Amino acid sequence: MEKKTPEQLVQIDYRPPKTDWMDPTIDFEARRGTWSYPAAPKNLIYMGFPNPREWSPTDEDWKLPPNWEEIIREGFRERLAKYRSLQLFMDICVRCGACADKCHFFIGSGDPKNMPVLRAELLRSIYRNDFTAVGKLLGKVAGARKLTPEVLKEWYYYFYQCTECRRCSVFCPYGIDTAEVTMLARELLNLVGLNINWVMEPVANCHRTGNHLGIQPHTFKDNIEFLCDELEEVTGVRVHPSFNRKGAEVLFVMPSADYFADPGIYTFMGYLLLFEHIGLDYTLSAYASEAGNFGLFTSHETIKRLNYKIYAEAKRLGVKWLLGGECGHMWRVLHQYMNTMHGPPDFLEVPVSPVTGTRFDHAASAKIVHICEFTADLLRHGKLKLDPSRNDHVRVTFHDSCNPSRAMGLLEEPRICLKAACNNFFEMPENTIREQTFCCGGGAGLGNDENMEMRLRGGLPRANAVKFVREKHGVNTLACICAIDRAVLTTLMEFWVPEVTVAGVHELVANALVMPGEKERTTDLRGRPLAGREGTGDAV
Amino acid sequence: MALVVSVVVIGLLVAIPWLGVSALGLASFFGIVVPYAAAALLVVGLVLKVLRWARSPVPFRVPTTCGQQRSLPWIKPARLDNPSTAWGVVGRMALEVVAFRSLFRNTRAQLKEGGKTVYGPDKWLWAAALAFHFSFLAIFVRHYRFFVEPVPAVVGWLQSLDGFFQVGVPVVYLTDLVILAGLVFLFGRRLVDPRLRYISLAADYLPLLVLGGVAVSGVLLRYFVKTDTVAVKDLAMSLVTFHPTVPDGLSPLFFVHVFLVSVLFAYLPFSKLSHLAGVFLSPMRNLANNNRMRHHRNPWNAPVNVHTYEEWEEEFHDKIKAAGLPLERE
Repeated sequence: MEKKTPEQLVQIDYRPPKTDWMDPTIDFEARRGTWSYPAAPKNLIYMGFPNPREWSPTDEDWKLPPNWEEIIREGFRERLAKYRSLQLFMDICVRCGACADKCHFFIGSGDPKNMPVLRAELLRSIYRNDFTAVGKLLGKVAGARKLTPEVLKEWYYYFYQCTECRRCSVFCPYGIDTAEVTMLARELLNLVGLNINWVMEPVANCHRTGNHLGIQPHTFKDNIEFLCDELEEVTGVRVHPSFNRKGAEVLFVMPSADYFADPGIYTFMGYLLLFEHIGLDYTLSAYASEAGNFGLFTSHETIKRLNYKIYAEAKRLGVKWLLGGECGHMWRVLHQYMNTMHGPPDFLEVPVSPVTGTRFDHAASAKIVHICEFTADLLRHGKLKLDPSRNDHVRVTFHDSCNPSRAMGLLEEPRICLKAACNNFFEMPENTIREQTFCCGGGAGLGNDENMEMRLRGGLPRANAVKFVREKHGVNTLACICAIDRAVLTTLMEFWVPEVTVAGVHELVANALVMPGEKERTTDLRGRPLAGREGTGDAV
Repeated sequence: MALVVSVVVIGLLVAIPWLGVSALGLASFFGIVVPYAAAALLVVGLVLKVLRWARSPVPFRVPTTCGQQRSLPWIKPARLDNPSTAWGVVGRMALEVVAFRSLFRNTRAQLKEGGKTVYGPDKWLWAAALAFHFSFLAIFVRHYRFFVEPVPAVVGWLQSLDGFFQVGVPVVYLTDLVILAGLVFLFGRRLVDPRLRYISLAADYLPLLVLGGVAVSGVLLRYFVKTDTVAVKDLAMSLVTFHPTVPDGLSPLFFVHVFLVSVLFAYLPFSKLSHLAGVFLSPMRNLANNNRMRHHRNPWNAPVNVHTYEEWEEEFHDKIKAAGLPLERE
């Protein structure tokens, strides 16, 4: 695949093609760079998923099971009966078009089937054909299509080209949520073995080892102790996290990317330093070593399978409550699904901050608190000693991650943390933040390299907003509370706005934290020299 | 093609009652049988539709949150855009149904020179939708004067409000003008905007054309064609009292009007027009965002195959031990 330049990528034609949208033909060969590779058979076999095999979307024959039509039809019928959302969304869309230009993939690609309304029509047209009298009677005139292998291929292309960000749902007069449609469409695709490896490999890893990256218990401990060494080098303070410790007050769960790779590791170092600062009685678990959940990008059943370990481990360790780190889709699961799937966890207590005494009543049933809520409460009570001038080399803006904003409403808490830790905070334009925030372009399992062109296209609206504050305020740091963001936005910035680095909120909080017994801080957690202070700049 | 089909169909829908009454003398069919059948289809169809929706449960509480959550007591929550209580949900739904809150957010994305994206407010769709729906409601309520005796005061008030400017004889109703303007805009944008034209089905054009047909025939009947309103009321009263008789002196145009309204009613439950009931059931809007405060029950919460701690410890036993992590079984 030839690499395209930013100038080439912004040549976007928004005029719809001459062909009718009901024509499902997709040339996968010509569209390399905009789709993801299929799941390796070993991952499907491990999870017990149907139809494991070697295949490629560029093949003519996708090796579907012989009775694939029946499987899809029955699967569709079952889900219409189980999800009011699906039944309703299939019936009531008026195609007003309000959602059309709300999708980052449409804005970045101009492909009309990336308009949320048409993405859903891909499914709806089959619904009309198979489940409504009008569709059966009138066919194409009524907007109905027959299910063919080409339609399945089209589903594969477009339902793995939606990041389930829910921005369209904010603008829809009926709240029709393409994330819900995509989730259920992916469930149908999974029934006949149409899955992508960048989702299924993490799922299989997570089921086996406890985390998406397949990190085994000894490496888990090694990685984190390495980060403790790094922290000690920067701050002169040794932190002592515990592992699988029974009787701790709090079990801290996080996305595994945070203890695996740059730049997530700085966020993780931030958590560790904060907990040391307040003397929190917490433990980490090498079993519940992932609170992120790629099941969300697979099926509701898979969410439940992977999410099981969180409450189970809290119960085994006998902790009082749970604290969760910075991650977007993880919090969609923790906030909107976990309590229903595995709760209520009556063996836990209503979370109370041991430092401020605040009772987190908003988590009274699920017993899990977001670290930004926890830190905002600490800040409110003046329990953190901060020197925000240590972040003066940083001019920061905040990217609201899709799920915390549109599936939770965690908008102020991270801003409270950032504003306390940094002197230079600037908001991006209002149509690009909070509930109207734009996706990083690589959520929902699409943050893989083979899908790079579509990632960069989908990330264009976000990158443009960053570029705007870059030019207006000299912003050089994009803060976020999501592990996928930290990975995907980094690539996105390198391409569209190369001067901007991506950081977690608690990385910046930790930069500013004044620790008892610390050495004079000359660099930030990344080893970059602080503004106006002598520093070698090579500590990390 | 969708457009052509729609135009042909609306042509037929006008021609059928016109010819049926004027050439074949089927006044009682179009004045009695058709309206009764349409009303029956509307009621039965809509009830069945709502029951069908209601039969499917809401397994997960996944509202779309459009504002600050309720978390710490000193952070101000968005009570209406991200409600955490039942009253908040009532408020959110009321804003959605009465004021089209979500549509009000609408923006238009544009790609400028050098690949800059800008998002301007775009309230046209919201304004036209609101204008159309409220005019329709007002006209619907105004028609009560044909179906009840004595006419309720509120209908009279609405009529005088609607004809506030006292222009023309008979007085021109504002809503008649507004609904026509709204329909022209809503239809026009589907033709003019290439994106909308691309996504529009016959099921999008046709309802607008039928509504347009209803409005135009209604306007003609009121302002341009002499219509015996006493006869109209006699027919309407005979229908609602279930002693149907068709009086003389009603023009074929009147039957066109009645037929198009009947078609609209009969078609409603089986089409996208069912959004008028569906909007109340949308789980993305009608649930409080209180997942962590209260347990939400999934009626079909089936057990799944999980990887337990015991299985995990057994598989990684030696590595856990070598790393010096605690074990359940040494």
